[in-house]
Amino acid sequence: MNSITRVAGAGVLAMSALSVQAAEKLVVGVAIPTATHSFTSGIVWWANKAKTDLEKAHPGLKIIVKTAATAPEQANQLQDMLTVNKINTLVIFPIESASLTQPVAQVKNKGVYVTVVDRGLTTTDAQDAYIAGDNTAFGKLPAEHLAKTMNGKGNIVILRGMPTTLDNERYDAFTAVMKANPGIKVLDAKYGNWNRDDAFKVMQDYLTRFKHIDAVWAADDDMAIGVQKAITQAKRTDIKQVFGGAGAKGAVKKIMDGSDPLITANVSYSPKFMYDAIKLTTEARLKGTKLPAKTIIPSVLITRDNAKQFYFPDSPF
Amino acid sequence: MQPARTDSNTKGNGLLILLSTIKGMGPLLGLIALCIAGTLLNGDFASADNMMNVLTRTAFIGIIAVGMTFVIISGGIDLSVGSMAALIAGCMIYFMNKLAMGVGGVMLAPLTIVVLGICMAIVLGAVFGLVHGLLITKGNIEPFIVTLGTLGIFRAFLTYLADGGALTLDSTLADLYSPVYYATVLGTPFPIWIFLLVAVAGAVILNRTTFGRHVQAIGSNEQVSRYAAIRVDFVKLSTYMLLGICVGIATVLYVPRLGSATPTTGLLWELEAIAAVVVGGTALKGGEGRIIGTVIGAILLSVISNILNLTSIISVYLNAAVQGIVIIAVAFLQRGRK
Repeated sequence: MNSITRVAGAGVLAMSALSVQAAEKLVVGVAIPTATHSFTSGIVWWANKAKTDLEKAHPGLKIIVKTAATAPEQANQLQDMLTVNKINTLVIFPIESASLTQPVAQVKNKGVYVTVVDRGLTTTDAQDAYIAGDNTAFGKLPAEHLAKTMNGKGNIVILRGMPTTLDNERYDAFTAVMKANPGIKVLDAKYGNWNRDDAFKVMQDYLTRFKHIDAVWAADDDMAIGVQKAITQAKRTDIKQVFGGAGAKGAVKKIMDGSDPLITANVSYSPKFMYDAIKLTTEARLKGTKLPAKTIIPSVLITRDNAKQFYFPDSPF
Repeated sequence: MQPARTDSNTKGNGLLILLSTIKGMGPLLGLIALCIAGTLLNGDFASADNMMNVLTRTAFIGIIAVGMTFVIISGGIDLSVGSMAALIAGCMIYFMNKLAMGVGGVMLAPLTIVVLGICMAIVLGAVFGLVHGLLITKGNIEPFIVTLGTLGIFRAFLTYLADGGALTLDSTLADLYSPVYYATVLGTPFPIWIFLLVAVAGAVILNRTTFGRHVQAIGSNEQVSRYAAIRVDFVKLSTYMLLGICVGIATVLYVPRLGSATPTTGLLWELEAIAAVVVGGTALKGGEGRIIGTVIGAILLSVISNILNLTSIISVYLNAAVQGIVIIAVAFLQRGRK
């Protein structure tokens, strides 16, 4: 009984290995979150752009893009892509780390080449390559920029995103820089949920509570919009800088045009890394080479000098 | 036989009456206690500016909650209000931006466009409410299911309309429109006046009109109400339309604040509105409730998050827990009230 299963299993394995080689056709499955806010809609836009560009450049290549709203839905899509679409390469932006590790591992065990994007899985065994944005730089660069422009002294308030590992990494990197600048006081840090309305409320209350604020690290371009509305409403002039983050096109445009005295710099965390991840994976697979185990797409400081490179008017983000 | 006993009890015992009055005052006592705590924790809490901030931001949820009170008293529920507000906001911005580019070569005055946008928001709210009402009464589907369905539909259409990103109002229109949220009348921000107006109108309709009595009757016993020749379907349908109009009004006040709608606009407003109604003493099973309770409930909820923002004694990770504890505590204060 046992040996029969083993033989059968070996047979299936051999057949699947054969089919990949015989077909020589690359079928890339792309699993990403649905567009629920600007950032994820950017992810969807860039994934579809990668599909169009790459399928045009490499005839015969097939890229299947699937969006999911929840982790269970994404896990189901992985099964569908494997059995129905017969993918042999997977690029996945996991909706949740822990709950998708097992489903992705199963796909990899069937011989599919797996690239994980942005949100890491709980074990690296389930992936061949990992491509992500740089969350440490996302916190470190704004902190260094603010410390420099504030000449090492003043008061800062912080808005955080949602309680996630990604947010913690950014926050820890920011506060680490601030520890080295004892002249700067971080008054408080509260969650604004990456949401304009929540950021507006939190900022209103900061303004009530603190009579003198020099700079705001809003940590997100959407939140920066809510923050600025609250500042305008309170007619406060003590705040000299509002630092967003992620490089949404509206914010980058402000920096490019120099139209807003409060917004002078930003840090890139573009959903374009989805495009890069699909492109790098597909090209490596076509050439038969391997991707490095870990690729970090660097986050860079956006100022007026380089803003143009980060402005994508067609993207919804 | 039961009513006779309760009657003699309440008549005979003044202490019991006092006790039941205190229980009825649960939400108000909770609010007063919170305000005292807030002032002790941070002196700025009691400042006029902060009060105005809190009341202004309560206005959206508060206005929706007034409409929700009718729906819940009649024995229904509406889970879609947050998504509905978001979709109305999105449609309004989309429509106004289109008008600003000119219709058939005719340019409209910005003021006309803003007025048209406001009318559209309220009409759209009423239409959405009508659709809910028809599906629930004529279609005979549970309100929970109907509105759970539209919750998804409304938000999906907004996301589609916004292309996943943000819909932002044309800047000339935004400047003209922004006083609707930011302006003050007699030192009080405009949204607070509208909130007050809606609350007073709601209280009058609920307690002083036949319609209001019918809403309560249907909530207590729908079958008996039918026998009593109340037009149950019409009344129920009207409560959903009323709520839709309230959502429209709330959106009219919301749009000028940020001048934009995103797929996260109005997220979880439905739960806040329902919580405000229930914390305010309206029975979730229907039959009875008070508008003033709802207003206090709505204010109470925003005061909690305001105090949490004004202090940093509790870890930010625990904010939601504090809110939960206060909600349960207030509900406990009015337990057993019949």
